[in-house]
Amino acid sequence: MSSIAQKQGFGAMIWDYLTTVDHKKIAHLYLTSGGLFFLIGGIEAMLIRIQLMKAGNDFLSAGTYNEVLTMHGTTMIFLAAMPILLAFMNAVMPLQIGARDVAFPFLNSLGFWLFFFGGIFLNLSWFMGGAPDAGWTNYASLALASEGHGIDFYTLGLTISGFGTLISGINFLVTIINMRAPGMTYMRMPLFTWTTFVASALILLAFPPLTIGLFFMVFDRMFGANFFDVANGGNTIIWEHLFWIFGHPEVYILILPAFGIFSEIFAIFSRKRLFGYTALVFATILIGFYGFMVWAHHMFTVGLGATANAVFALATMIIAVPTGVKIFNWLLTIWGGSIKFTTPMIYAIAFIPSFVAGGVTGVMQAIAPLDYQLHDSYFIVAHFHYVIVGGVVLAIFAATHLYWPKMFGTMLSEKLGKITFWFFFIGFHLTFFIQHFLGLMGMPRRVYTFGADQGWDLFNAISSVGALFMAIGVIVLLINVVITTVKNERVGNDPWEDGRTLEWAIPSPPPFYNFAQTPLVRGLDTYWIEKMEGNKEGMLYAEPLEEIHMPNGSIIPVIMSFGLFVASFGALYFLDGDKSWPLPVLILGLLITFGSMLLRSLKDDLGFHISKEELIEDAKGGKMDGSK
Amino acid sequence: MDLNKRYTPQTWPDHPETATMEGKNKFVGFWLLLAAETVTFASLFATYLALKDKGPSGMEFAAADLFELPLVFAMTMILLTSSLTSVYAMYHMKNHNFKAMQAWLMVTVLLGATFLGLEIYEFNHYVHLGFGYTHSAFSAAFYTLVGTHGAHVLFGLSWFIALMLRNAKRGLNTYNAPKFYLVALYWHFIDVVWVFIFTVVYLMGVIG
Repeated sequence: MSSIAQKQGFGAMIWDYLTTVDHKKIAHLYLTSGGLFFLIGGIEAMLIRIQLMKAGNDFLSAGTYNEVLTMHGTTMIFLAAMPILLAFMNAVMPLQIGARDVAFPFLNSLGFWLFFFGGIFLNLSWFMGGAPDAGWTNYASLALASEGHGIDFYTLGLTISGFGTLISGINFLVTIINMRAPGMTYMRMPLFTWTTFVASALILLAFPPLTIGLFFMVFDRMFGANFFDVANGGNTIIWEHLFWIFGHPEVYILILPAFGIFSEIFAIFSRKRLFGYTALVFATILIGFYGFMVWAHHMFTVGLGATANAVFALATMIIAVPTGVKIFNWLLTIWGGSIKFTTPMIYAIAFIPSFVAGGVTGVMQAIAPLDYQLHDSYFIVAHFHYVIVGGVVLAIFAATHLYWPKMFGTMLSEKLGKITFWFFFIGFHLTFFIQHFLGLMGMPRRVYTFGADQGWDLFNAISSVGALFMAIGVIVLLINVVITTVKNERVGNDPWEDGRTLEWAIPSPPPFYNFAQTPLVRGLDTYWIEKMEGNKEGMLYAEPLEEIHMPNGSIIPVIMSFGLFVASFGALYFLDGDKSWPLPVLILGLLITFGSMLLRSLKDDLGFHISKEELIEDAKGGKMDGSK
Repeated sequence: MDLNKRYTPQTWPDHPETATMEGKNKFVGFWLLLAAETVTFASLFATYLALKDKGPSGMEFAAADLFELPLVFAMTMILLTSSLTSVYAMYHMKNHNFKAMQAWLMVTVLLGATFLGLEIYEFNHYVHLGFGYTHSAFSAAFYTLVGTHGAHVLFGLSWFIALMLRNAKRGLNTYNAPKFYLVALYWHFIDVVWVFIFTVVYLMGVIG
């Protein structure tokens, strides 16, 4: 191990990130690529709003509009929101439970690279004959009729990135089950760890139905199967079921970690123990549980019958109960606290009314007869943007500010952070609040234009102005990132001064082995307890200083994922039937993937050890970089 | 972890598969993977049941006429036996009897390969009857469900063989014990899935 740090060259840094299995560096990778996809999805959103700015606009053609709309939804859900949340889970969760790394560092890296190559593959569709255009839900009746290769990019790209997400889910579950520090019982885990746990369980059980649905779609479109072809006995509703059995838990996969982030923020900046910790934990579990029983509320108008609709309507309304429990717990955490209005905290406070608004419209749609009115209108668009943007995106921005010092060792500017907040928050409500009324006035979702005589001009124009505000907010955030990185003012262990959990007890950024000695946990809010008792070191230790075992880096995850990426191109063009190269490419890609899998299996990889002397040296300010 | 450490049946841990942290993690992680696999097959079964006997109007194939139980029953017995022999292998693994373990694994692989051969024969037979993959929704659902299981068998066999060859010279240690344990667990899972296929596809199919 090359333990003494030199000034790293650029090439060495790239190689380091390609081969890393360190959860903190993988978090950087997720944040960067998720952020990139977030910008792409944001540009697509702006194109949508420009097109709908006025009646009869011809900025985008109908076909292009369908592509932009599809890619906006798909990118934001699969390639932006989820990976960015995975970035924070990776960066923070192992620290919160006092672990040196995740359970499967190699798989952690593989999960990232699968997501990355899947996302790139999906986005290459823009340059290779057209993007998918059947909406992010990709309903079979639309998708089967779609010309060109857009849908194939969607199915193959999401299959690859879905495998990556599934792997991450299993990894986090095992990490939380097996790797908690001594004393870190389940009921002492920070709320963000809890929500990561439940969200990972949802990933585990929700992604397989999506994968199967995508496989059916691939087989139908490429190999002439008839799953969804009604003329040959198929049934398009099967896609809808499989998609929503995945799709509904998916929204909880997104929102639960967001809840976790806000729970951390409320406690930290109210400088109070979280009110009703136990209730919050059980509400999280209940939401995860009910999340699997409500998928058909997306299909009320399909015609499943009154009984099915009634059952799913009731189940949907029940979910509002644990969610309400959470809202009240957060309010009571703030109540009587000594509040600091930092940037993360104002996001958290803004989140409550925004998300409640989204939740209320959700319960409205749970009323099946009313849903017949609301279905496929802009009311739905307004609803899900209120929960996704008002919940998940606000959480992502809040966490970016909160955890930036822990991830990069320097603080984002609070001033610019608040400017971002106001632009984004005002822009968000300006854009989407009015869409409720557009929906009630009858504007259907997914239309590329509307007539001047329909009376939707003014509200659409206002909505578009709001989108501009949001874009300005994001641009200010980017400027903030650049300025902060250039200034690079280093911060200590606990830059917010009120950190409560273990991640704030160690340096920012933490050394690659996280904890020189495994901490001993004595209760909820471990670090806070030690601080209150005047423990200068911030934690108690469960073991003496001794040799640490660490995993080796590996390039294999990149190669394995790249193999699937290559194979996908082969599969995509294979059934055009007029080319000779796709089959060899398909086989080559699969050979790369399975070959590297075999290599990984046959080659012993035992990791390496950091000696006690090196740890002592490192604590004095020497620098080990952990690369091999 | 020291790969050169030599074990005897006396020093061999009671649960070699979870004797190390890596082993413990793999153990839990693999059970979770099997949960995901269960949902995968549940989706396939649900689709199969929805599309059973569905095809273009006037379709001449139906499950009741197509499937013949004797062959499938033989396949079932062979696969169930292979699960038993993999249990024997794990019994010897736990007693640190490497040679006996390898021998029983070999038997397991041979039985699994026989099963796979018969499945290929069965598919081939149906295709020659005119019941191809693109024939109908029923055929697509049938081949995808049973074929996915077959792909799992193939993967399991490759995994068994890779492990047997890789460790042929060096015997058992706490580094490779979890690997043998997990592939056996995988094999049992494949077996359980087949029991459901035999029941839902073939038995319920023949009843009509």
